[in-house]
Amino acid sequence: MSVTRRQFLQLTAAGVGSTGLVALGFSPDRVLADVRNFKLSRTAETRNTCPYCSVGCGVILYTLGDRSKNAHSAVMHVEGDPDHPVNRGTLCPKGASLLDFIQSPNRLRYPEYRAPGSDKWERVTWEWALDRIARLMKDDRDKHFVAKNAAGVTVNRWPTVGMLAASASSNESGYITHKVFRAMGGVAFDNQARV
Amino acid sequence: MTNNWVDIKNANVVLVMGGNPAEAHPCGFKWVVEAKAHNKAQLIVVDPRFTRTAAVADVFAQIRPGSDIAFLGGVIRHLLEKDAIQKDYVTSYTNAAFIVKEGYGFEDGLFSGYDEAKHAYDKSSWSYEMGADGFAKIDPTLQDPRCVYQLMKRHYARYTPKMVADVTGVPEGTFQRICEAIASTSAPDRTLTSLYALGWTQHSVGAQNIRTMGMIQLLLGNVGMPGGGVNALRGHSNIQGLTDLGLLSDLLPGYMTVPREADGDVETYLAKRTQKPIRPNQMSYWQNYPKFYVSFMKAWWGKAATKENGWAYDYLPKLDKVYDLLAVFDLMYEGKVNGYVCQGFNPLASAPNKAKLLEGLSKLKFLVSIDPLVTETSNFWQNHGDLNPVDPSKIQTEVFRLPSSCFAEEEGSLVNSGRWLQWHWKAAEPPGEGKGDPEIMAAIFNRIRTLYAKEGGAFPDPIRDLTWDYKIPDRPSAEELAREFNGKALADVPDPKDPKAPPLAKAGDQLATFAHLQDDGSTASGCWIFCGSFTQAGNQMARRDTADPSGLGVTPGWGWSWPANRRVLYNRASADPSGKPWDPKRKLVWWNGAKWVGHDVPDFKVDSKPEEGMSPFIMNPEGVGRLFALDKMAEGPFPEHYEPFESPIGANPLHPKVGPNPAARLYAKDKAQLGLPGEFPYAATTYRVVEHFHFWTKHARIPAVLQPELFIELDEALAAKKGIRSGDAVAVRSKRGRIVGKAVVTKRIKPLKIAGQEVHTVGIPIHWGFDGLTKPGYISNTLTPFVGDANTQTPEFKAFLVDVEKAAAGKV
Repeated sequence: MSVTRRQFLQLTAAGVGSTGLVALGFSPDRVLADVRNFKLSRTAETRNTCPYCSVGCGVILYTLGDRSKNAHSAVMHVEGDPDHPVNRGTLCPKGASLLDFIQSPNRLRYPEYRAPGSDKWERVTWEWALDRIARLMKDDRDKHFVAKNAAGVTVNRWPTVGMLAASASSNESGYITHKVFRAMGGVAFDNQARV
Repeated sequence: MTNNWVDIKNANVVLVMGGNPAEAHPCGFKWVVEAKAHNKAQLIVVDPRFTRTAAVADVFAQIRPGSDIAFLGGVIRHLLEKDAIQKDYVTSYTNAAFIVKEGYGFEDGLFSGYDEAKHAYDKSSWSYEMGADGFAKIDPTLQDPRCVYQLMKRHYARYTPKMVADVTGVPEGTFQRICEAIASTSAPDRTLTSLYALGWTQHSVGAQNIRTMGMIQLLLGNVGMPGGGVNALRGHSNIQGLTDLGLLSDLLPGYMTVPREADGDVETYLAKRTQKPIRPNQMSYWQNYPKFYVSFMKAWWGKAATKENGWAYDYLPKLDKVYDLLAVFDLMYEGKVNGYVCQGFNPLASAPNKAKLLEGLSKLKFLVSIDPLVTETSNFWQNHGDLNPVDPSKIQTEVFRLPSSCFAEEEGSLVNSGRWLQWHWKAAEPPGEGKGDPEIMAAIFNRIRTLYAKEGGAFPDPIRDLTWDYKIPDRPSAEELAREFNGKALADVPDPKDPKAPPLAKAGDQLATFAHLQDDGSTASGCWIFCGSFTQAGNQMARRDTADPSGLGVTPGWGWSWPANRRVLYNRASADPSGKPWDPKRKLVWWNGAKWVGHDVPDFKVDSKPEEGMSPFIMNPEGVGRLFALDKMAEGPFPEHYEPFESPIGANPLHPKVGPNPAARLYAKDKAQLGLPGEFPYAATTYRVVEHFHFWTKHARIPAVLQPELFIELDEALAAKKGIRSGDAVAVRSKRGRIVGKAVVTKRIKPLKIAGQEVHTVGIPIHWGFDGLTKPGYISNTLTPFVGDANTQTPEFKAFLVDVEKAAAGKV
């Protein structure tokens, strides 16, 4: 008979004395011999880059879930990437606690809206939020777009809606953000590099 | 960085000034430790505080915040007085020999051409004397009294060790020792690397702080060398990339610039940016600007960009001024901004003068926050007592909060400080209903485009015609976007040397290099400096070859480095004019008799024979590095010490009539909010701690436990004077607001003797706010002044004035 630690404790708790079990030939051998499984042995590895400072340390994200279509992956551990030429597997105190950023209770989960004068957030749908934002932006652009300056030079700018772009978003995010905002005539546009 | 993180190990001297990498860039700082351990490198740290970087330094100097140019100007004087410069490098590779036009001058703190009413210069006298042949005049003997070398020598003659001690607080002996260590690297086989960060940029003279170091490195012959260079340690993981991609008011991708109103047509726009060489046989690489511009416009507007319409020139906005972050928040405060979108950005915490920001945000019609985390900005309308004293019922702003994915939940590339584009892969889905940033931007854009198609409206053309050929229009993939910024051939690109040879690129192919870009509309590239990152051979950013054949930390097969996979910028300057490496032990590139070759991609025209005399700084029309900056800087061609806008000593010891930067922009209402030393006697500076990253890690459990609470660092003498002990609540007040934190009385900061008076410096870390898993804390930028560098408008967070007092117990 093979008895795991949990079963053994259950058996004990159920009032069946372990001594009695042993007497009957059911030795709880694995209880004593069992070592904890290496927690990363059943995880998938993903190469990634630390999003904090600009050293760009390589990190490995360990996820539960085997990446099959119906499995939901969950990051459960983060380590430095030993292959990375700069950090060579090491991480700083911030990078070593990246898991707590990914799993922070303060991650946003749903689109939310705060109405004028209100003192609370309300959960809204993506559709509603995006429709409303697009409407506000388009109306403002139509109203405040400057096609020509006082001297009659074509200037085609939209100075009344501004945007600050991220500092840890990917190049691909940055590229499309720039493309969209500038194509609308956006000029009040900066990123974290300014400060 | 001109160089890269691993390259730091090649240095003989490491100067850390304006940064604290042991705490802000810990894993990069390991290469400083490596240089110390295995290259016998000397580490010099100059900082207002004895930091953890200073703790492992060979020499540490405590400097008054905002006096870096006085210090570095003193170093320049030392190098010139002792002739401790790399002569051949200086005469061949810098503009030391160039003659400056009559009319240029400097007197009592001002350069020629100052307009006091405009707070700006007419820079026409800051230029070279031009010969009849159209080339700049030079004197290779450096004897002409108007040559840059002589003008520089005169300019910095005032920066004596005594003056340096008086202005910076660094004792003459320590300064002397540092000068000698720096000067030792003028030998061709010794290099110094300069590491700096926000400690240099966040000043009203930030750009000139860095330029002064650039001049020192040119004088020492350290630019382009392994273990050399001027190395910005950027503050966030991809502000390098976002800057490369031009996400700033006045930039387009690849450091092209947004047209100004004065650039009335495309010919004017291009002519100003396409400079011909002003010395014989120079490359002046920006001559290719039209190729970059046309390829960029083709990437964004495809068939709608034609030769006839200037490649859709009217589709780009024309600037009347730069709408930098400070300018926009000022407009917001004036009620002239209606909507604002913050994507992964928390300006209420990271911009200066929180009270002004709050008032501005409260005047918006709408605010959109796209973020993985709760931010103070998205919650600006919430009342958090003294930490955020607002009345929500009085704030009419509509606020949207959209959840975005974080790094672990997306794929794509980031550019690290060493210009490496590194690809990362997605590990999991974002929590709840979170979406990736590209998807959110696409969703907003597609809705606006649909509205224009349905309703019409103001100039819909650039929106209607924007290239949007993504397989799933509402969800462009990272790979599609990366392919687009790399660029492709729209028609066959013939080989100019042999039209019968196979084309350099076939129509539809991903381009291999920006050298293949054309100005006739036959190529498209969204960001020319990233061209080569995603080629026909695949995603170069995803490469993971760790091989380092030269042992110099070049790793050419790891990721991809812009430009052209080059790992050290200006590397042609690592070889002498004849093409032989200055240091036989550190060979990066060299002339092999037929072409330029080496361990790195040569930053040069590969077939330019050394005897042709092409110089290494190929982006400049004169081909050399600039000790004299011409008209490129707002406040002068040579860096000059100006006091911070809030100075503890009042008058500038160098020229009492000109205190702070005369070319900086200061709005009248912010001028009224500057403090004077009588009321606010102490210098203050803000900084990061090793346990926290900006305003993010306060939302992560372990960092929040490690550094749970806002603290204020005070020197022992100041604490004793104010009756403050470690652990007491201490209130810090500036003209703009008040914060309370826990006192840390420390030996890490000492009072300094400046211009005959005692100056105390107060240290204020930045990481807390009214949201997070840490204890709620004040936003440190409640205190900081709303004034920026005259060139970049980066706020002066690193030098301002405060008063401190013991606060009531329990009031933290």
